[in-house]
Amino acid sequence: MKLRPLSLGNAVAAALIAFLLLLPIYCGFAGDVFLLTLFTRILILALAATSLNLIMGFGGMPSFGHAAFLGIGGYAVGILAAEGIVSGFVQWPVAVGVSALFAFVAGALALRTRGVHFIMITLAFGQMAYYVASSLAGYGGDDGLTIDRRSQFGGGLDLSNRAGFYYLCLALLLGGVYLVHRLVNSRFGWVLRGARSNERRMRSIGFPTYRYRLTCFVIAGAMCGLAGVLLANFSEFISPAAMYWTRSGDLIVMVVLGGMGSALGPVMGAVALLVLEEMLSGVTEHWQIILGPLLVAVVLYARGGIAGILETFERG
Amino acid sequence: MAEPLLQIQGLSKRFGGVVAAADVTFAVMPGEMHAVIGPNGAGKTTLIAQLAGELLPDSGAIRFAGADITRWPAWRRSRAGIARSFQITSLFPEFTALDNVALAVQATVGHSFRFWRDARAESALRAPARAALARVGLAHRADAVVARLSHGEHRQIELAIALAGRPRLLLLDEPMAGLGPEESARMVMLLEELKREYTLVLIEHDMDAVFTLADRISVLVDGRLIATGTPDVIRADPDVRRAYLGEDDAEGLSDG
Repeated sequence: MKLRPLSLGNAVAAALIAFLLLLPIYCGFAGDVFLLTLFTRILILALAATSLNLIMGFGGMPSFGHAAFLGIGGYAVGILAAEGIVSGFVQWPVAVGVSALFAFVAGALALRTRGVHFIMITLAFGQMAYYVASSLAGYGGDDGLTIDRRSQFGGGLDLSNRAGFYYLCLALLLGGVYLVHRLVNSRFGWVLRGARSNERRMRSIGFPTYRYRLTCFVIAGAMCGLAGVLLANFSEFISPAAMYWTRSGDLIVMVVLGGMGSALGPVMGAVALLVLEEMLSGVTEHWQIILGPLLVAVVLYARGGIAGILETFERG
Repeated sequence: MAEPLLQIQGLSKRFGGVVAAADVTFAVMPGEMHAVIGPNGAGKTTLIAQLAGELLPDSGAIRFAGADITRWPAWRRSRAGIARSFQITSLFPEFTALDNVALAVQATVGHSFRFWRDARAESALRAPARAALARVGLAHRADAVVARLSHGEHRQIELAIALAGRPRLLLLDEPMAGLGPEESARMVMLLEELKREYTLVLIEHDMDAVFTLADRISVLVDGRLIATGTPDVIRADPDVRRAYLGEDDAEGLSDG
């Protein structure tokens, strides 16, 4: 291991992680349930954004239906719970497995196309999942499904403990970020990045790119399904609204705001977007009027998002 | 007589009314440098694209090292040992030069469903990539981001990528396109060296280079092969002279 001087990006990342680690302790002392709840939600959506970043930021696959996986993971938990199966050891693998399967089917079709067509097909799959969920009359239909009990794991793991659940979300988020970091720097990740950069060349040097891109799409779908599991346990409720296309748009905004193609970028993006939303919606209910121009500015002047800005400062 | 490494038989390709290849037949022997020349729009790049598997011919067959590869996708031909360079530089601009070449090495060392280990730390990928960069004279630029390098350096990386997988057949599409006189001269020297180790199909507009380097030359006009032979035979061929009459390239023919 080489020791490198602490860069600004790493320092901010370390500060962010330290902040997230210490937050429940502060909330415990201050009795601030609201803040802890807000940040639990942020962590969960950050995990979803991290999975989207894997396909969009590194793989060049801008999915506009990514929230479908949040819903699928959530509904897997909700439906199993409604049927009396509350064990997390059943719920979680089923949720992740169904998400991966959906990603495989949607990806197998969508990845035959590129650009706008890819966006439209992923959007169509997302909306399809939305309407299927709306038509589940036995499971709440449009109104959604209340989950009476969070996933049961037995032993010391109790998901109803607020701080405990927060730390579980944080651990899974950091695990997800680390996984993405390893993935994109592995041989697999280089194929992915190469295919984003110049797919024709990738084929000509001997890579059957389709199967690598599809594998990546499935990994991202499974990871976002896991975020859906957490979301359902967090809200103790799941409804079709969780996978509406505007939710997919929110995830894209988090990734773009935080910085596409930076492993920790989406976490910063999720924190920034949701904290901003919380603060601005206190000022005016039309808070998106302020958010809109901010996003335009990021896209125009800071392509790398927050992570990119930090990098620019470093280079001087 | 030795078996040809590459055998092209009756290759035809049309785009609507445009004939890109009409019954093209020729063979490339092991160790040969086979140049394909012809006026602009003669179908040279289309021919390379069909050999590399980016375009499928309407009819005809391509055999490589004894196997019928006519319907193989590009990546499979590359795995079998056919490497190509592009006329219009086709690199990964945001990667470093070394990353570009290492990716080409990676394509040849088995599948890439390896999810954990840092590929930049794998000497099995980096060492051959460095060697290929050194081969084209770019070792000192290994860590530079490709987008910041010059056109001439891009051409060198283009070649290094083709060399990286230790191919059995090199398809070079105008390796000297856009190079200045000095860079061209260096590229000719490099091709001269490569010729000793590789079987090559070379498309090139620089007639001096072609007639100096090539063992045999095929002349393509409007998708049709009008002559194949040694440089001396081609130079003397009346059909070739007629096809080039009035073209800039005719000067090259008579000078050569």
